[in-house]
Amino acid sequence: MAEGKYRPVAVEAARHKAEMGQRLTKEDALALYADNDLLFLARCARAAKERQSGRSVYYTVNRHINLTNICRANCPLCAFQVEQGNARGYVMEHDDIARVLAQAKATPHLTEIHIVSALHPDKPFQYYVDVVKQVRAALPGVDVKAFTPVEIVNFAHETGQSIREVLEILQQAGLDSLPGGGAEILSDRVREIICPKKATTAEWLATMRTAHELGIRTNCSMMYGHIETIEERIDHLLALRALQDETHGFQAFMLFPFHPAHTQLGEEQHLQRVGSWEDMKMLALSRLVLDNVAHFKAFWIMLTLPIAQLALGFGADDLDGTIGEEKIIHAAGARTQTGITRTQLQAIIRETGYEPVERDTFYQPVHFDEEAQA
Amino acid sequence: MLATKAYEDIEAKVLRGERLSREDGIRLFHCQDIAWLGALADHVRREKCGDIVYYNVNCHVNLTNMCTSRCEFCAFGRDEDDAAAYAMTKEQALSLVREALQDPDMGGLHVVSGLHPHWTFEHYLGLLQAIHETFPQLYIKGFTGVEITHFAKISGLSVHDVLVKLKAAGLQAIAGGGAEILSDRVRQALCPNKATADEWLEVARTAHGLGIPTNASMLYGHIETLEERVDHLLRLRALQDETHGFQTFICFPFLPKHTELGKRIAQTSMWDDLRTMAISRLMLDNFRNIKAYWVMLTVPVAQVALGFGANDMDGTIHKENILHDAGATSPRALTEDTIIRIIKEAGRTPALCDCNFNIIRAID
Repeated sequence: MAEGKYRPVAVEAARHKAEMGQRLTKEDALALYADNDLLFLARCARAAKERQSGRSVYYTVNRHINLTNICRANCPLCAFQVEQGNARGYVMEHDDIARVLAQAKATPHLTEIHIVSALHPDKPFQYYVDVVKQVRAALPGVDVKAFTPVEIVNFAHETGQSIREVLEILQQAGLDSLPGGGAEILSDRVREIICPKKATTAEWLATMRTAHELGIRTNCSMMYGHIETIEERIDHLLALRALQDETHGFQAFMLFPFHPAHTQLGEEQHLQRVGSWEDMKMLALSRLVLDNVAHFKAFWIMLTLPIAQLALGFGADDLDGTIGEEKIIHAAGARTQTGITRTQLQAIIRETGYEPVERDTFYQPVHFDEEAQA
Repeated sequence: MLATKAYEDIEAKVLRGERLSREDGIRLFHCQDIAWLGALADHVRREKCGDIVYYNVNCHVNLTNMCTSRCEFCAFGRDEDDAAAYAMTKEQALSLVREALQDPDMGGLHVVSGLHPHWTFEHYLGLLQAIHETFPQLYIKGFTGVEITHFAKISGLSVHDVLVKLKAAGLQAIAGGGAEILSDRVRQALCPNKATADEWLEVARTAHGLGIPTNASMLYGHIETLEERVDHLLRLRALQDETHGFQTFICFPFLPKHTELGKRIAQTSMWDDLRTMAISRLMLDNFRNIKAYWVMLTVPVAQVALGFGANDMDGTIHKENILHDAGATSPRALTEDTIIRIIKEAGRTPALCDCNFNIIRAID
């Protein structure tokens, strides 16, 4: 629609591919990024979303549990973790978890428990296995999505077992799927600076590949807006796409804009939060590059509700959950509320012209008998 | 083209540069393909005014919050006996401007105030004159159609004569507020004590005749219907055909907090804000500039609005009062660096301008 503007041939070619829904190369993606035609990307991304999930926009009723914030990784990018001995440090023990699960049990429509935590220096792998068993026993019908590849790799290192063995033990304990965090930017140059002590690019990808082989589906993600180059962002997306071609085990992708407030990385590198323009642009572009991942989350806790709603026009098809108590992103200065009701989420979705679909972890629609709930 | 079939005719009209009808406007408000709407508005923006985004370094001066109008959508206006009521003396107004002048790029003032129950027109005029004489280097955009109508009523002068005196005292442009929705049904319900739709338009017409440019606006997201939004845009478009005196159009989403009306009406969504911005760009085919007013929209929405037809980011403001009384969550001021960064991230060229869109300097 921008007939008036001269564009290099390479950009025109990339735009044509995007409009036709064809697979983009690295060069195409970089050309579209530089072209910076946000609304063009939005139109193509919206079409890509509709090819994958039609008029549906998903949400789920879930509960986040962050077992501990005491971490030996000390990643400069993180505002959540503290070192052992810090007064703000906490670890949830059996009874603490039981209390949360009792609350969760009383939550109508709950389909998922989402557990992500720090790399505690002393807690053995068995502690985490027991947590999964405890959740499974307390909430037999609820999906357990737990531990990012960073945590899985940490368990493997600590126990001397292979990633496969660790995943098998967790699977036997009741684990259903893995969340997509910890990917940050899959470049060892970047990881050396932002998170030097945690899983490498190869380890992160190997964990996901192994999980998929074991039938454990996972999500994937990207954290952008810190020290990475645009090329590194695109390479990251292409690494995910290549693995997905192999395994088809990724269910959903989500973008984490980096919140520099209260982080060492933000301070040292004088970083500012990228703007909403960049957020929407990366969402639309990621949707176009990751043509083999069905679902894109607009994680409202990070984006704020208004921007998450807007994201539904830029390729997202999932508003994630009505989250009980989120700690990690709020520690980094997110000012969003920490919970939202189903009715609110449904209204937000309907306003965009899409159909709200309540889902479980595996994107299966769930239907509840309202009478039975009442 | 990716237009859904239902809107192909509208897209074709826009691409041919043909004027959209009232029916087209109403249909656009029922279109849920926000990416298409935005792309179409962005196309028009690019054709009409290129990649420059205007901003200014300015200071808001609200001389008083006492107001006889007490509109239901306002959280700023106060009764005379309210503990939070204030009225600046000449010295207070001058010292606010002096403080703002610590910013070496300070270019001008936006002077908008309540309808004070006792101040005479001469008093307002005196304040304007004092500011202008003390700071002749600053441009002054001030007073809405509502205030000008009020001045005419309290002084017994015609709107024409009021404007002549204000111009002589240093006024260079008139602010766009007070238009709300130009429908007497809506005004009767929400703001019966101030300028009617015709009166507001008459001030703009007269000002344009005197060579005083004005801005235009729309306050939406309260009790108005979508048809009334379209009719509002059409009334502005018709006057602009006549006079070509409107410089920029500003979308004001209603901010409900602390207002009477807010007790029964929730805030608009970003979705509504952006489609309204895009439709305004498409309907107001004779307006060059569309403003993304970050105070009301919030900074993230205002930035994305640059893709939905906007080419004007307003200003640094120094210290915003009126909308923060209504719970605006945006900062009270932005630094020039922040505005430049926001515009550049959107791939556009920031240009510092005065209140009449004369470019002072463009930033590569």
